[in-house]
Amino acid sequence: MSILVNSKTRVLVQGITGSFGAKHAQLSLDYGTQIVAGVTPGKGGQFFEHAGYKVPVFDTVEEAARETGATVSVVFVPPPFAADAILECSDAGLALTVAITEGIPINDMIRVKAKIHGGSMRLIGPNCPGLVTPGEGKDSHGGCRIGIAPGHIHKKGNVGVVSRSGTLTYEAVWQLTSRGYGQSTCVGIGGDPVNGTSHLDVLRMFNEDPETEAIIMIGEIGGTAEEEAAEWAGAHCKKPIAGFIAGTTAPPGRRMGHAGAIVSGGKGTAEGKIAAMRAAGIAVAETPSVMAETLLKLWGKV
Amino acid sequence: MNIHEYQARELFQKFGVASPKGKAAFTPEEAEQAATSLGASQIVVKAQIHAGGRGKGTFDNGFKGGVHLCKTPAEARHLAEQMLGHALITHQTGPEGKLVSTLLVAEAVDIAKELYFAILFDRTTSAPMVIASTEGGMDIEAVAEHTPEKIIRVSVDPLIGLQPYQTRKIAAALGLRGSLMTQATKLFTALYRTYTETDCTLVEVNPLVVTPDNRLLALDAKFNFDDNALYRQPGVAALRDKSEEDPREVAASEFNLNYIGLDGNIACLVNGAGLAMATMDIIQHAGGKPANFLDVGGGATKEQVTAAFNIILGDKAVKGILVNIFGGIMDCDVIAHGIVDAAKETGLSLPLVVRLEGNNGPAGKKTLAESGLKLQSASTMADAADKIVASVHAA
Repeated sequence: MSILVNSKTRVLVQGITGSFGAKHAQLSLDYGTQIVAGVTPGKGGQFFEHAGYKVPVFDTVEEAARETGATVSVVFVPPPFAADAILECSDAGLALTVAITEGIPINDMIRVKAKIHGGSMRLIGPNCPGLVTPGEGKDSHGGCRIGIAPGHIHKKGNVGVVSRSGTLTYEAVWQLTSRGYGQSTCVGIGGDPVNGTSHLDVLRMFNEDPETEAIIMIGEIGGTAEEEAAEWAGAHCKKPIAGFIAGTTAPPGRRMGHAGAIVSGGKGTAEGKIAAMRAAGIAVAETPSVMAETLLKLWGKV
Repeated sequence: MNIHEYQARELFQKFGVASPKGKAAFTPEEAEQAATSLGASQIVVKAQIHAGGRGKGTFDNGFKGGVHLCKTPAEARHLAEQMLGHALITHQTGPEGKLVSTLLVAEAVDIAKELYFAILFDRTTSAPMVIASTEGGMDIEAVAEHTPEKIIRVSVDPLIGLQPYQTRKIAAALGLRGSLMTQATKLFTALYRTYTETDCTLVEVNPLVVTPDNRLLALDAKFNFDDNALYRQPGVAALRDKSEEDPREVAASEFNLNYIGLDGNIACLVNGAGLAMATMDIIQHAGGKPANFLDVGGGATKEQVTAAFNIILGDKAVKGILVNIFGGIMDCDVIAHGIVDAAKETGLSLPLVVRLEGNNGPAGKKTLAESGLKLQSASTMADAADKIVASVHAA
């Protein structure tokens, strides 16, 4: 088991013919992921070929899903067209859309979020690295890699990882893998202020997933999503959680790279988040160098 | 992105938000002409800089105050002569002040009542939110803290926008009745249009004033725009005044680098925003002070790393540099060559600690070791932070 996706998940790629989408579609195919379709309007009927794979390209998501049985889409579409691409997935009845695109206007995302609210499709991202459920092969080959994370640093195992930041996720995953501990699923929920899936949503899923035994939750300054997740975890989560919050030294009122990473009006500080997490029994790593170590101690492994 | 007050007035005029008549002036002659065309009995002349505290500021020529009232066009011209081309020093500008090259010449209005009205993007609800209060002209965060009952909050459904009944509800709560309610409905609706059609994340009118002759006017405004939407807002992007921004940040943005200057002495260069923040944090944890936030993005090409080094080295407070790269997809050896070339090209002589982890990491470390550069390699973030802090303290 794992959450959201597994080695059998059939994935379509929106923007597969663009350089960014193509590169990561190739890496996912190399990882053993079931990339079954591409979508680029106007290029329907062509094929995306890589290392012996021949992936059909469709004009619309609906056709791609119908013809190939894809249930998940990954969006590499440029910002001006990304909101529409996400809505197209919802209309086509997909179960999950992972939006990698960085730089989608806030006004577009609030409308998308309001429109898909209450529907059956889950959105992860935007502005996220995607998700990885590691496989059993060499360097975790054979798993499901959706997005832009480096697959080879993973290892199949029992730690769930959820994070707003890409490279910090890789850092945590690599620390775990280097110590011999694998991951059930790693979910990058993205650095934008409006996202489809929150820390709390992912914690709930990890809590229900029999394969996940322990959790690393990585947050950063801005918003109150970490506080909400911590409050829920304190009351309901049965599994050990270690955490880290980036941005203790960030000056207030400045946007730290991610559109959502900003302390404003005294809200969203690292101190507030760390205090909320500790109050909920989450072990907060003192530095990003000891994220795995902090979890392993709490989990009784070291 | 911030804009000047006169630009905010121009946006108000475009979208039909009632505000006092006013014009931008770039020369004393224009100030006089503007004052004449206003035909007002009382005129206000305001220096246009992004810093606050203008009224109480002092110019570098000794002239006191960046905001002045006057009665005649000749007086407006005389004021302009003393303000234009001089730096205005306020508690927010620093001792060197900000050069004033534009003035707002506007009708000065009498005020019977000051109110507060803002539309902002609310993260908790992922929707626009109207915040209003009868306590105008004050620090709204203080009002919210001490007298929360005086804050009116109305959430807007982004799919249908601000509805007329909502504008009436807000007007009623602000005590705007009769003709003022009609004016309020019109003004709030126009402000919401401004907010959505120019892709704002904040429009704050403080104060929103009622005049003795029962006019409702937006007196001063603050705008924040969504940087992600600037590609479709050329009119808004054109309002950007780069002279108001940190020149290092402007230079960085030209190379697609995300740079924010801080006041420490250990510079860092990192790929990824989260990792970049975490690197600043670990420098502080090791006993040092970060000089900047710098995210070079996923690519980290030689050109970007060179540009990044140049920007970092432009900060004279910097005494050491920490490079922290997690090469997930990128080949660490390629990045290592980029760092070596950039360090040589910029003639780097400060202590440099490089932590390279990930894809082809050992080859990258070998390249660094054989480069002939005086740099230290680190294996973990903690190791890297300890090494750079020790080097800077020893220097």
